[in-house]
Amino acid sequence: MKRTIPLLIVMILGMMFVVHTFVPHKISQDFYNWYQTWLKVMVSFAVILGVGSLLMVHTNKIKRKAPAWGYSWLTILALVGTSAAGFIWGIEDGTPYMWIFENVNAPLGATMFSLLAFYMASAAYKAFRARSMEATLLLIAAIIVMLGRVSIGNAITEWIPDITQWILNVPNLAAKRAIKLGVGLGMTATSLKIILGIERTYLGGGKQ
Amino acid sequence: MMETIGIWVAAFLTLSMFSFLYKDNPFYKFAEHLFVGASMGYFIPYTFFNVFIPYAYNPLFLRHNYWLIIPFVIGLGYWFRFSNNLGWLSRYPIAFSMGIVGMGVPMSIHAQILVQMRTMMLPLTNINLILIFIGTVSILLYFFFSKAHEGLYGKFTSVGIWFMMVGFGASFGYTVMARLSLLIGRLQFLLGDWLGLIK
Repeated sequence: MKRTIPLLIVMILGMMFVVHTFVPHKISQDFYNWYQTWLKVMVSFAVILGVGSLLMVHTNKIKRKAPAWGYSWLTILALVGTSAAGFIWGIEDGTPYMWIFENVNAPLGATMFSLLAFYMASAAYKAFRARSMEATLLLIAAIIVMLGRVSIGNAITEWIPDITQWILNVPNLAAKRAIKLGVGLGMTATSLKIILGIERTYLGGGKQ
Repeated sequence: MMETIGIWVAAFLTLSMFSFLYKDNPFYKFAEHLFVGASMGYFIPYTFFNVFIPYAYNPLFLRHNYWLIIPFVIGLGYWFRFSNNLGWLSRYPIAFSMGIVGMGVPMSIHAQILVQMRTMMLPLTNINLILIFIGTVSILLYFFFSKAHEGLYGKFTSVGIWFMMVGFGASFGYTVMARLSLLIGRLQFLLGDWLGLIK
């Protein structure tokens, strides 16, 4: 009941979707549309998992007076404040909710990711020092591609954009294609393991 | 007025985030924790108004499509995830969501395996197609561990590493350029929108 029925649901639905792909019949298509509607209704409740998890982590930090616990209040206040703004004034353009998104979320997200430019540069220096044939190839390919994407590359020599395009179209394509083949085999194997009930970790742990 | 306040808030938060380049400090911690809370807070009303209302509330309560009570009740099972005694109820919505992996089997076989193999098996009419073929086969053989990588076979598989390294280098170059364009965007905001030094 607690574990077997969910496993059976996955198994039956999984088999039905495998069959659905090969049976372009109206019944099969209706089943797919029906499932999509049901899925959207169920998924709308899933947001509670993220909210609950975040609140649990930060309320625990506050309770235990863990290091930097005061900032957990800030996280909770930001969560409640942003949500409240959306529920009270709506989520259309020009509302406080969108003001928070444009002036808090968007700049913080962009800055957070732009910080990675500095750390990638220092990590690249440590990792790419041309100590072997492989590291040298990686370093040269990265430099050519970086130069080829900006105007200075063309200013150095007209060949750099052409070499960049060749790297992307030939050796890079070969590598991506082989990796895609491996990923495809992995995805197929994992999907089959889930459908057949071999892979069960998504159901969570616990004794029940 | 609100636009000016918005620019000052965004500039303060941008500088607080950049302060991590010096070292971890209270300004960075402030910005980091605010970002986490505001991001999650953003998704709650977004999901409510864009998913729950049009797909669950309106069909069920306004158009009286009572069949949707079933996924509605199953979806409520997610709420029991944090309960010690009733946590197992959350497995039902998860199981219904996982059923879609069935489509992953034929789709991944088609898109990731068959299409890739078909595009690789073109007539080898020029040097580039030959290189792509050799590169793909040598990389695949590099990950085939049932035969020891030694002798001529070992040398051939090491060609696969060279192709992979060039591919990784290209991906790395692309990623760095994407991050740099984000950095340029933030600097343009600080120097243009905030300080007005550049037009």
